[in-house]
Amino acid sequence: MSDSRAAILGRILQALGHAARADAPDVLQRVNGHARGPQPQWAEADRERFLAKLAKAAGTHATIASHAGIVHAVTDYLAAQYLPQRVCVAPHPLLADIVWPEGWQVESRRARGDDRIGFAVAFCGIAETGSLMLLSGPESPTSLNFLPDDFLCLLPEDRIVPRMEDAWALLRAERGSLPRATNIITGPSRTADVEQTIQLGAHGPRRLHVLLMESAAQA
Amino acid sequence: MKPTSHAFSDNARRALNDATLQQALAKAGVGFVDKRRAALSELPEFDALREAGRAIKDHTLANLDHYLLRFEQQLVTSGGQLHWADTPDEACAAVLDICRKAGARMVAKGKSMVGEEIAVNDALEAAGLEVVETDLGEYIIQVAHEPPSHIIAPAVHKTRAQIARLFEDLHHQPGLTRPLETVPQIVDEARQVLREKFLAADVGITGANFLIAETGSTVIVTNEGNGDLSATLPRVHIVLASIEKVVPNLEDASVLLRLLARSATGQEITSYTTFFTGPRRRADADGPEQFHVVLVDNGRSRMLGGAFHEMLRCIRCGACLNHCPVYSAVGGHAYGWVYPGPMGAVLTPLMVGLDEGRPLPNASTLCGRCEEVCPMSIPLPKLLRELRRQEFARGLHPPRSRWALAAWAFFARRPQLYRWATRLGTRLLNRLSGGRGRFRSLPFAQAWTTARDLPAPQGDTFMAQWQRRKQP
Ligand code: SF4
Repeated sequence: MSDSRAAILGRILQALGHAARADAPDVLQRVNGHARGPQPQWAEADRERFLAKLAKAAGTHATIASHAGIVHAVTDYLAAQYLPQRVCVAPHPLLADIVWPEGWQVESRRARGDDRIGFAVAFCGIAETGSLMLLSGPESPTSLNFLPDDFLCLLPEDRIVPRMEDAWALLRAERGSLPRATNIITGPSRTADVEQTIQLGAHGPRRLHVLLMESAAQA
Repeated sequence: MKPTSHAFSDNARRALNDATLQQALAKAGVGFVDKRRAALSELPEFDALREAGRAIKDHTLANLDHYLLRFEQQLVTSGGQLHWADTPDEACAAVLDICRKAGARMVAKGKSMVGEEIAVNDALEAAGLEVVETDLGEYIIQVAHEPPSHIIAPAVHKTRAQIARLFEDLHHQPGLTRPLETVPQIVDEARQVLREKFLAADVGITGANFLIAETGSTVIVTNEGNGDLSATLPRVHIVLASIEKVVPNLEDASVLLRLLARSATGQEITSYTTFFTGPRRRADADGPEQFHVVLVDNGRSRMLGGAFHEMLRCIRCGACLNHCPVYSAVGGHAYGWVYPGPMGAVLTPLMVGLDEGRPLPNASTLCGRCEEVCPMSIPLPKLLRELRRQEFARGLHPPRSRWALAAWAFFARRPQLYRWATRLGTRLLNRLSGGRGRFRSLPFAQAWTTARDLPAPQGDTFMAQWQRRKQP
């Protein structure tokens, strides 16, 4: 394998006439300069843009005034979709001390193959495309984003950033480095592999429902 | 897979006479073209992004060694392992070695064109492992034992009825049939069957649309979520990537992602865009314990700095296929290898050899639509012409066309003789047509005359007329 490394780098070197280095100053400057490309513009407020693009990607949402509205919003969603009251919840601080209704089966863990409903918290939302960004970690198992049929995601409104580049800036500022999986999720899973007909729910969630929380203050 | 690009003419003829294929192609073509056009019309910044994207790729390729080493360093820092592979065989050996060491029996695979290029499924199956393609399109062609016919829609050549029949034969025990007619029924069936595989797989293999030098991350862009399940549930995650996929940082990837989704499917962004950085961290609740990247060259470093350098900008969006009149008429299989359409007509001869891929650069009208729609502004017609030039220089043309060209060149270099010969030819042909002015059939020109008449030359040659009319 190291022979291949030398062979490949040798040929590149010959073609480009460089002395290859991982820390060449101009390369480091380019990598860490974080210069942005052309930024798409829009007229509406970021919140409106986010919701419009989310809807375009077949995602739905409910607005809640505060943390206290979570149970109500989830109850409404389950009732509207005729779903069982059995939810797999991310071990996230924002979801930790919710008092779920009597008789509900709520477990805080990674997802399993037979989980119908997953509930997690987004790191941020991206207005440009109506996307959610989720970061893997102890409080956000990635399996929850993909295995359940219905994916519910809490997004505090003040966590909506304009563009993907703003999400990177936020991530660098708050976390320093990337987690194992950084998921940018836009609407439910879909496929067009059968006769170019769009069908939702290929392998990932069939439905994606955002709980947009207006005030971040916890009750 | 064993290439059959040398047989392009036969492949194409068969495709043109295949009514089911023609039906599938007719349905697909317009869809892609319309969706892309609509997406572009909503983004006034597209041209600026296209310029920026091209500049990012040009800069990265000009410093490819630096960025690959930076990527390697960051990948290793985040706990991943990098395997350099010069050839398809080395790449397959690396994958197999990882699987063996992990004691793997089943592999869940997300879509990877590099995987097709190195034929990793064949290698794994030959070693006794079970490999399951999990992208619906890839799964369909895997169970049909066919290669992909499009780089982003591998089963675009299949009709719904064909897919339903395949699934019925494969999944349904006698007396245990589910209705399988509509698109939702077909997709649901695949969802159920493949879910078991994700949960049971020991190793997940995915491709990579980009590699990020800044963070050592690999990026996949999907709609189904199968790539993410393949990368999250099994114990080991292997990424197959090629060397030209690296970009400097996350901002650069953001520019290219905007171009890729719109050019490929007409989406602003796909359902899932995921950045993988290393294996699971100690406190993580899920994710693989090992994260490997197999970095494949397979002829790319030889393209660097040469006549085909610009092809390395390709982001595999498929727009050139969707807009190609030849691809739209004959489909992907006629091209006889992994990459079809204009980009394939350039890449195939470079990767499998000019002898095998010879017909592909010639199977183009050079109409220029591919270059027009390419988000990376790759001059595909120029590259195809360069391949034709090299092919001729190496004497790979069939003897008949070489003799014909040589004969023409002999006369063309001798104007007097040329004029005399064309005058003679004109008169002869006119006489032979019996004064009717056209031929019903003509030896050596049957390909033309079976479908239409060939007009016989009327009157005199151009040069003779010109000479005459110049006189007052
Ligand atoms: S050559 Fe251009 S249009 Fe064709 S797949 Fe590559 S990037 Fe897309």
